[in-house]
Amino acid sequence: MTQAAIDHYLAEHKRLSNNSAGWIEKQRLSALESLGRQGFPSTRHEAWKYTDVRSLLKQNFISVDTDDSTVGAEQMQTIRFPDLDCYELVFVNGHFNSALSSLPASGEAINVSSISTAGDDVRAKIEQYLNQYASTDKHGFAALNTAFLNDGTFIHAADNAQIDKPLHLVFISNKQNSSFIAHPRNLIILGSNARATVIESYIGLDNAEYCTNTVTEIITSEGAHLEHYKLQQESDLAYHIGYLHAHCHKDSRLDSHSISLGGLLVRNDIDTVLAGRGAHVGLNGLYIAGNNQHIDNHTRVDHNMPNTSSDETYRGVLDGKARAVFNGKVVVHKDAQQIDAQQSNANLLMSDDAEIDTKPELEIYADDVKCTHGATIGQLDENMLFYLRSRAIDETTARSLLTFAFADEVIKRISFAPIRERLEHRVVGRLPDASLISEFLQ
Amino acid sequence: MSTHAEDVESLVDKEYEHGFVTDIDSDTIEPGLNEEVISFISKKKNEPAWMLDYRLKAYRQWLKMEEPLWAHVDYEPIDYQSISYYSAPKSKDDMPKSLDEVDPKLLETYEKLGIPLHEQKMLAGVAVDAVFDSVSVATTFKSKLADAGVIFCSFSEAVQEHPELVQKYLGSVVPIADNYFSALNAAVFTDGSFCYIPKGVRCPMELSTYFRINASNTGQFERTLIVADEGSHVSYLEGCTAPMRDENQLHAAVVELIALDDAEIKYSTVQNWYPGDENGKGGIYNFVTKRGDCRGRNSKISWTQVETGSAITWKYPSSLLRGDNSVGEFYSVAVTNNYQQADTGTKMIHIGKNTSSTIISKGISARFAQNAYRGLVKISKGADNARNYTQCDSLLMGDKCGAHTFPYIEAKNSSAQVEHEATTSKIGDDQLFYCRQRGVSEEDAVNMIVNGFCKDVFKELPMEFAVEAQKLLGVTLEGAVG
Amino acid sequence: MLSINDLHSQIDDKKILNGLSLEVNKGEVHAIMGPNGSGKSTLANVLAGRDGYDVTGGSVTYEGQDLLEMSPEERAWAGIFLAFQYPVEIPGVNNIYLLKAGVNAIRKSRGETELDAVEFLALVREKIKLVKMKEDFMSRGVNEGFSGGEKKRNEIFQMAVLEPKLAILDETDSGLDIDALKIVADGVNHLRNEERSIVLVTHYQRLLNYIVPDFVHVLANGRIIKSGGSELALQLEEQGYEQVMREAEAA
Repeated sequence: MTQAAIDHYLAEHKRLSNNSAGWIEKQRLSALESLGRQGFPSTRHEAWKYTDVRSLLKQNFISVDTDDSTVGAEQMQTIRFPDLDCYELVFVNGHFNSALSSLPASGEAINVSSISTAGDDVRAKIEQYLNQYASTDKHGFAALNTAFLNDGTFIHAADNAQIDKPLHLVFISNKQNSSFIAHPRNLIILGSNARATVIESYIGLDNAEYCTNTVTEIITSEGAHLEHYKLQQESDLAYHIGYLHAHCHKDSRLDSHSISLGGLLVRNDIDTVLAGRGAHVGLNGLYIAGNNQHIDNHTRVDHNMPNTSSDETYRGVLDGKARAVFNGKVVVHKDAQQIDAQQSNANLLMSDDAEIDTKPELEIYADDVKCTHGATIGQLDENMLFYLRSRAIDETTARSLLTFAFADEVIKRISFAPIRERLEHRVVGRLPDASLISEFLQ
Repeated sequence: MSTHAEDVESLVDKEYEHGFVTDIDSDTIEPGLNEEVISFISKKKNEPAWMLDYRLKAYRQWLKMEEPLWAHVDYEPIDYQSISYYSAPKSKDDMPKSLDEVDPKLLETYEKLGIPLHEQKMLAGVAVDAVFDSVSVATTFKSKLADAGVIFCSFSEAVQEHPELVQKYLGSVVPIADNYFSALNAAVFTDGSFCYIPKGVRCPMELSTYFRINASNTGQFERTLIVADEGSHVSYLEGCTAPMRDENQLHAAVVELIALDDAEIKYSTVQNWYPGDENGKGGIYNFVTKRGDCRGRNSKISWTQVETGSAITWKYPSSLLRGDNSVGEFYSVAVTNNYQQADTGTKMIHIGKNTSSTIISKGISARFAQNAYRGLVKISKGADNARNYTQCDSLLMGDKCGAHTFPYIEAKNSSAQVEHEATTSKIGDDQLFYCRQRGVSEEDAVNMIVNGFCKDVFKELPMEFAVEAQKLLGVTLEGAVG
Repeated sequence: MLSINDLHSQIDDKKILNGLSLEVNKGEVHAIMGPNGSGKSTLANVLAGRDGYDVTGGSVTYEGQDLLEMSPEERAWAGIFLAFQYPVEIPGVNNIYLLKAGVNAIRKSRGETELDAVEFLALVREKIKLVKMKEDFMSRGVNEGFSGGEKKRNEIFQMAVLEPKLAILDETDSGLDIDALKIVADGVNHLRNEERSIVLVTHYQRLLNYIVPDFVHVLANGRIIKSGGSELALQLEEQGYEQVMREAEAA
């Protein structure tokens, strides 16, 4: 299976190489080699034990060479965040669409560009940062992304620079009657004490059947702070493989929020390396799945240096025949003392056909640490239900309300109001009996 | 706490106290493993044909299998051809008819270990089966147990005397090809304990097996099978020691427990195999498969283990909760010091309705040791109203050791309630200070705190063993403060 | 209004109530007193309809309806309010939202129009003064991070907003210091009127110094063994439960 898929993508690569970018050919070829070497993951790999990608591999997805699809103004309106003043980079079926985008003025301090339209100076920078810390050996899909690297976003904030408005990266898939794959690549590089907020939205319009295979690389230099949001709302038939790698230097901070609502088969990997004293990462995640959805979240935090901290909360609500996987690994390396690492994963099973597989892991090689993790699987609390009912709330509403409250534990950790409010609405929309509690959000 | 480094150095000299060798004539076959060796073992034990067939089938399976590498342990490949698969004290050939005929040197060995086999000196209320290298040398209190209808004897004897029970239950919980080490055990196991508690009987005393590896270059492959028939109850303990030797010795045991309707089995282990010296030389590789089958309704299997010995420990005493309302429990203290490595935990497989399980695991890691908890809680589709609670705590002593937690939780039933919590920390400076301010020495304070840390597990052990376990913990960790 | 007749109830296989009978009329305040384990909280929970309390015999009629057939929310709509002994924390569910939803559900069941946000806010502002709570408590999760006293005050505040016909206060005095006790008692007294009945479940006489009941009942072993006026509480305080129970047995 995996060999046939490899052969398919090798052929695809050859087909596309005529009109390829050329300038990162070396990295692409080396990634292709990596793919040939490692193949695609199977359930025999510990990290893919619960996620079988054979259905994805046999689709033989092809890349869209050029795209003339348009997205109507009305549709764009539903995608945009209301009340959010932000810059936007819009990609349609894997290709940058400048007409729909609005970028900040690029200069010495701030440099934001799509990869396909990058000028020579930006290209040089991209080549410098690409795979500096992330690796194509992570898994076959990461290699595939680099091998087909064609478009995406490059964001660079120089020392002490602050990007004045959030950057909203929008990846829209709407091509009909064609099984296509896009490989967006995003690089977010923050200089010392730089600040930025980046939102990645993945949206499938109509019932398009496609695959998004995305990689985001983040580097936060000393004292930098990145707020990162990933909102995954792919179509019901879509495959989504996402890999985010963050390298955090001294006293820098990454707050990652990952919300997965859509997709048929979804796999998110988030690897963060705390490489300097005082670095902190907050990982916040929510997955809501129903029908036949399969959503797998793998996170890994490497505490390489002393005095680093991590704080992780992932929650899931599963209905229908959905299956979710959570694997959270915290590694405290030798001599990385005075570590504070917390992790929790809670799951609500709403249906007898739903399944959750969770594995919170700790690997610790230093002693002056405070590490905890917890995982729960359960139902709504009967005491809470009774309390609400005794206060005159009917049972269906009470259940719906408690389910929302459960999910909202993740969302309310988002400090940025326009994003939080939008997400609350999106999340309520995914819950059963949502109409009963819509008032709650007003 | 690195300021206490000097104390550590001065206190770590504590030696393994069961490390002596008994000078006894033994009958040991040449190292190596093939079908002839297996036939030899079977013949030596005068086994029926079905037993030899079972062994050969296992051996052929084993040849096709690969040694598992997923555990968080690190060791040089084992040369299975360099191990001798049978070693017995010579006098055993003539089968002692009673304890009086057991070689006095052997009895002396067990005395030294604190396990007197003479009935008049015996631990009150504990029946002991003593296994020395490959064979059982004595079983005490047999007649008293027989009065209650309880069968407690060596495995070899059970094959001869109760073949129908052995055939019915052997391999029914741990199938031949379950894993690499269990397959090896099924091929070459030499002895072990067998125990059957008839319907409605509450076993009148604790049953215990004491395992001792003595000969060098041998492996120990024992097999324990305990069947608790409907409504019966038994508490069983095992203890283990071995001499100090520079080479690593393999211990690959299999334990199978079967609890029928309303039956309860409590299985306790105090494992103190030789852990190797302070530089990590020598020690036992303890690769053990233990599994209990709660086959009947309302049955219960409770595992308690105190793992202080062995160079490497690889064991996951597990429970299959098949009967409705069945209960599985796992209480574990695993201590690793110096270069010891442990990868241990449990599996709770919920299959019946209204099943519940509790897992309490306490890992303590000192100096250069690596200690991992690995567990699986699985709620199968039909397992309505399953409950699991897991608490998994690790204590680190020293900045060169490691503590790891790998819990797998799989739930396929919406009425499942699973709760897993884990913490990893060192002994709190404030706790230590509080004790010392009250006049307790640092070592005593550490001991107190560590014992307190393990209390939830120790209280599950039978009284005499709880005391022994506490002492062992002290000995294992002495000087590890740092 | 409320008529309990020969009520038997058990939890799992343990019998708690053994033939309890009680009549509560409109506007009356009844105190149910008894030693620990006598069944006081069970009574309160059975009346509010909590799961796990099996009624094995007897009947409870409320305004002519079979109360035991009603779901907890139906009871609330019908005007029954339970002030919990241990109010549960519900992180993520906003206090004010809970109340608004509750008020409007009750109004709807009575065929009244629902309150809009402005009307509701006015109601809340008026009632919150009663228990001397700050308004910012309202925007927090239900009981989330509240102290013991704050939780109890919140219960009385909810009672004031929901305006029940029958309020059952389960050990509302436990764990309160004297200032908080006075605030709670003042709140209850303020809500006392000819239309509203109140059942106070308590272990100590202390609360009854502030809320003077019309009737006092002694509950022991799941039955009411003695009833009287407010003086009975003082007798209990003086003589202790043992003495009163012995006397009742002798009689």
